[in-house]
Amino acid sequence: MSEITPETVRHLAELARIALTEEEIERLTGELGAIVDSVAKVAEVATPEVPATSHPILLANVFRPDVPGETLTNEEALSGAPEAAEGRFVVSAILGEEQ
Amino acid sequence: MNAAPGADLTRKTAAELASLLAAREVSAVEVARAHLDRIAAVDGDIHAFLHVSDAALAAAAMVDSARGDGEELGPLAGVPVAIKDVLTTKDMPSTAGSKILEGWVPPYDATTVARLRAGHLVPLGKTNMDEFAMGSSTEHSAYGPTRNPWDLDRIPGGSGGGSAAAVAAFESPIALGSDTGGSIRQPGAVTGTVGVKPTYGAVSRYGAIALASSLDQVGPVSRTVLDAALLHDVIGGHDPRDSTSLADAWPSFADAAREGGLAESLKGVRVGVVKELDSPGFQPGVSQRFHETLEVLTAAGAEIVEVRAPHFEYAVAAYYVILPAEASSNLAKFDSVRFGLRVTPPGGGTVEQVMAATREAGFGPEVKRRVILGTYALSAGYYDAYYGSAQKVRTLIQRDFADAFAQADVLVSPSAPTTAFKIGEKVNDPLAMYLNDVTTIPANLAGVPGMTIPMGLAPEDGLPTGFQLMAPAREDARLYRIGATLERLIGERHGAILDAAPALG
Repeated sequence: MSEITPETVRHLAELARIALTEEEIERLTGELGAIVDSVAKVAEVATPEVPATSHPILLANVFRPDVPGETLTNEEALSGAPEAAEGRFVVSAILGEEQ
Repeated sequence: MNAAPGADLTRKTAAELASLLAAREVSAVEVARAHLDRIAAVDGDIHAFLHVSDAALAAAAMVDSARGDGEELGPLAGVPVAIKDVLTTKDMPSTAGSKILEGWVPPYDATTVARLRAGHLVPLGKTNMDEFAMGSSTEHSAYGPTRNPWDLDRIPGGSGGGSAAAVAAFESPIALGSDTGGSIRQPGAVTGTVGVKPTYGAVSRYGAIALASSLDQVGPVSRTVLDAALLHDVIGGHDPRDSTSLADAWPSFADAAREGGLAESLKGVRVGVVKELDSPGFQPGVSQRFHETLEVLTAAGAEIVEVRAPHFEYAVAAYYVILPAEASSNLAKFDSVRFGLRVTPPGGGTVEQVMAATREAGFGPEVKRRVILGTYALSAGYYDAYYGSAQKVRTLIQRDFADAFAQADVLVSPSAPTTAFKIGEKVNDPLAMYLNDVTTIPANLAGVPGMTIPMGLAPEDGLPTGFQLMAPAREDARLYRIGATLERLIGERHGAILDAAPALG
């Protein structure tokens, strides 16, 4: 059985920056436990001599000529931002009071 | 055009429309209007579209005027196309089925979309999908489910249920989809349509809102193999904006499909039946149609060989480690800063708290489930056991494919284990939902191309079933050639499957 507890889910949610409700944490604890148990079978055949594959068709050293290309204008880059001013993205405070 | 009843134009294939347009027997505006009328008539029931373009008629008029000026136009000029909402379009919202991107109009087109426009196709709108392509039923769309044109109480497959349903309901002749674990092929199977997942890297992913970057592939959705090939020819080929894009020169897939459509036999073709994907657990009517189709292949001169792929039974497990891991990284970009939703917690908060509140409000349950799962699989102490092992399984599955392709030119299986299930039947059981992709996931893990074509209706429920063909990487043309021959042979047996679909509207 997996070791997924509500504390695990709460910690993962913090890492993933999702403010889950207590109800969601409870539901996800059970669901993740079942999913993790089911996918753990990958370890059965993953013996040390088998190399890992990250991409189905590996390409190496994909370069382009080092010349300026077409890029978004400042206005375009900000066009979807929830808040922007003076050509920049606007966010709330980066540091909390305790920092 | 003699009297031009709009309904007739919507029943035509993209290839037929292209001929009529080239011969100036119909105008692109007439063709676009017929499809927009069909959307207006039936999409209230189907909900294939999240957004219908208000620029379609203007785009069509420009094609007509270019043709009038004698401009050299592409083979599908003036043909309407629907676009899965996972692809960015600078004139239409691009939400990937998520509330977090509601109303977002990107400042750039996906390369595939830019190629549609350059080929003078006419975009009709954006199609519904499971949120960020996470799902097999389109029920995980934040904007409500799409319904299967064969039975409005049933799912159209997913994640690309909108594109498949739009094509099956004659709202568009062709559409773009994306396939990470079966999101083109499984919807094709359950709606009686054709879909192709190209070789990984054969079609650009630039502007495809990423789910799992090592698995995602954009591809064509259609009602015939030739139409899929024609669309693949338009969107495929190297794109310097996608560093995983293959620099290969590709043959004309339309030529391959036409050649296959005319082939008298399949003599000399070795067809490998993957034992592990011919499960006794599949729906009986699906298995029955599959085995009948193998008889059709034999009768046409193909040699049927049984092949083993012993590691395919680990494919779903490996997939549900790799996909959430990559998705949790890709979805980190939805941070409430650069685009999309921003939700500020009561009383305000730091940028991190705003981010967490935004993602809580903007992501649906399946997205949260997978992001949390992926975060777990990548976290220190678990990485080797899950992500590392899953990547090794990927190697083993590639080796299974290599062994199988040493014995067969194409591998075949049912495209999905069942016909379309009822809306609501599996939505609260993630593990049951994940098993819908058992037949399609191996091709994504190995990067090989796969196609689904209709193989008749399951006798017990009268719903469509799909036959999957897979070829070695870079051999997409082989799928179109053999697929077109098989499509003709199945058609001789069952007729055009969509002729049996209920009338809508």
